[in-house]
Amino acid sequence: MQPFRSVTGPAIPLMMANVDTDVIIPIQRLVGTGREGLGPYAFERLRTRADGSENPDFVGNHPAWRGAPILLADENFGCGSSREGAVWALMGMGVRCVIAPSFGDIFFANCFQNGLLPVRLPIAAIRRIAEETEAAPGNARTTVDLERQVVITPRGEEIPFAVDARKRQALLEGLDDIALTLRQREAIEAWRARDRAARPWAWESVA
Amino acid sequence: MPSTMFDRIWDRHVVADLGEGWSLLYLDRILVHDLSGGRAMEELAEKGLRVAEPRKVFATPDHAVSSAPGRTAMTYRKGGELLARLRARCAAEGVRIFDLGQRGNGIVHVMAPELAIVLPGLTLACGDSHTCTNGGVGALAFGIGASELAHALATQTLPQRRPGTFRIRFEGARPPGVTAKDMILAAIGRFGAAAGTGMAMEYAGEAVRALSVEERLTLCNLSIEMGAKVGMVAPDDATFHYLAGRDFAPKGRLWEQAMAEWRALPSDEEAVFTRDETIRMADVPPQITWGTSPEQVVAVTGHVPPLEAARDAAQRAAWEAALRYMGLAPGQPLIGTKVDWVFIGSCTNSRLSDLRAAAAMLKGRRKAPHVTAWVVPGSEQVKAEAEAEGLHRRFLEAGFEWREPGCALCVAANGEAVPEGARCVSTSNRNFVGRQGSGARTHLASPATAAAAALAGAIVDARSF
Ligand code: SF4
Repeated sequence: MQPFRSVTGPAIPLMMANVDTDVIIPIQRLVGTGREGLGPYAFERLRTRADGSENPDFVGNHPAWRGAPILLADENFGCGSSREGAVWALMGMGVRCVIAPSFGDIFFANCFQNGLLPVRLPIAAIRRIAEETEAAPGNARTTVDLERQVVITPRGEEIPFAVDARKRQALLEGLDDIALTLRQREAIEAWRARDRAARPWAWESVA
Repeated sequence: MPSTMFDRIWDRHVVADLGEGWSLLYLDRILVHDLSGGRAMEELAEKGLRVAEPRKVFATPDHAVSSAPGRTAMTYRKGGELLARLRARCAAEGVRIFDLGQRGNGIVHVMAPELAIVLPGLTLACGDSHTCTNGGVGALAFGIGASELAHALATQTLPQRRPGTFRIRFEGARPPGVTAKDMILAAIGRFGAAAGTGMAMEYAGEAVRALSVEERLTLCNLSIEMGAKVGMVAPDDATFHYLAGRDFAPKGRLWEQAMAEWRALPSDEEAVFTRDETIRMADVPPQITWGTSPEQVVAVTGHVPPLEAARDAAQRAAWEAALRYMGLAPGQPLIGTKVDWVFIGSCTNSRLSDLRAAAAMLKGRRKAPHVTAWVVPGSEQVKAEAEAEGLHRRFLEAGFEWREPGCALCVAANGEAVPEGARCVSTSNRNFVGRQGSGARTHLASPATAAAAALAGAIVDARSF
């Protein structure tokens, strides 16, 4: 996994609520495309019009925000399907951090598995970042610093954010969950032995 | 201390406390499907890891397989390639696969309860967000992403953060013509698409107790549409009766022992939930969505809300965008809206009782000529049972297509799609932009409402049709 320490750059003001993972990456792209190739299809249905041409109304198409590493959104970002391709597509378009008031639970977990940082901030703070960004498109820079746990707005305001200590550590070091859990092998074995004796019905019916 | 059913199951499965509300949770069952299963297992192999407990893992192709009558794995070539990879990894790891045309094959969340792979009190994970469906039998079941799936397969465990608990009690008797689908859509409409984020749902109350197990599966299925990874209904005699004798249900002495444990699962009377809400069934008419989020839902006899009703500018903008996509106007009635497609299927509403409810609407009538209507049974078993009852003939005589089991138009990952701009009344669970096909306009509703729409060629109130 790619470690994450801090990122600085333009923030795409995609101020929509309930952005679902179907919108982030259409399922058809996941059937035929490897995880590395998804970036060009991120937000495909918002980014392109029915005739295949670029939709100028989509903020992600604005020259100031192409390849921007931060994405701003309204509540419940990444709701819907469990497809991890949503995270791969965002990373493929250059996004390393999404800031929203709340996230879909599975998407939120998927982000940490891939080194993409999801940051929860109050909507008022996100709107401020969006306004400061839109006031100077092309110049405004936002910083998200995971070590210090602060977002620094284009005007320099520091907004602290909370993040799970466990997940923060894993992101900073680029640690993989599987390796960590395999260190618990003995605890798992002990649990299994106890459970097999206590709940034979849960074991033998599939043995 | 009084505890909830969720707490009991969670606590029992904690292998290690990881601190800060995190636990390493043991998984009793893992389900995999064609879309992500083969890849996750390949990823393991690349890391030099094996599936930890292959007997507790079950695979079925469902997402990317064609639903065309007489289909083979290669009818949809890209899906066939995914399936070939899944088959190869299952064979190498000793994982059971319920392959196309075999008994047990079907949509992963339909076949798991059907085969009693999932049981009350078990933990279950699957690389699919609608895994919450399985909570209908009183299991703690949740969807995960591809990386978590690889972790689950390699260790039979997952680090998880304990969610809060959210109970919704449906009080009073269910009015005639109101289904489990209407109940859960009404709840999402009332509480919002993010109300369950970070929560495990429990559905309770008189109206839930009166639901069949199949209906409870429908209820739990849409928990994720409220933002919750987990949805549960306490097991009772209906659950035990449903599970008894199924392929992977415990038998004999083990069954007795399991039943004794299952009877102790339901939440204590005094248990405290993080959030507790009540819905009166008298306030729940049949529902239909008008927008592109499941929370954008009204009574089928209702109207698209006027824009002035939006709570703020952001919601107003979201409504405007949804209405533009859906080709609807603020304030317009839903009834009478012309419909081009009808889809009866998906892990929400493709079980035998759903197909019976849809068939009961037909009464010898034919679909409107301009409507394309598909019935896609949820599994081989549902298909066989429906055919034994002659349901397929009634659908065919009414001009509906009777197809092969799978996800089909629910997610349009199998080469099938609702055409651009077409309006579809669908018994599935997501009305997202482009979900059923690029530019497709989806209205979520119950099987009865969908069947009635096919006959009328427009949205109608199935109760008076
Ligand atoms: S039927 Fe639809 S919601 Fe259910 S598993 Fe398949 S794609 Fe997902």
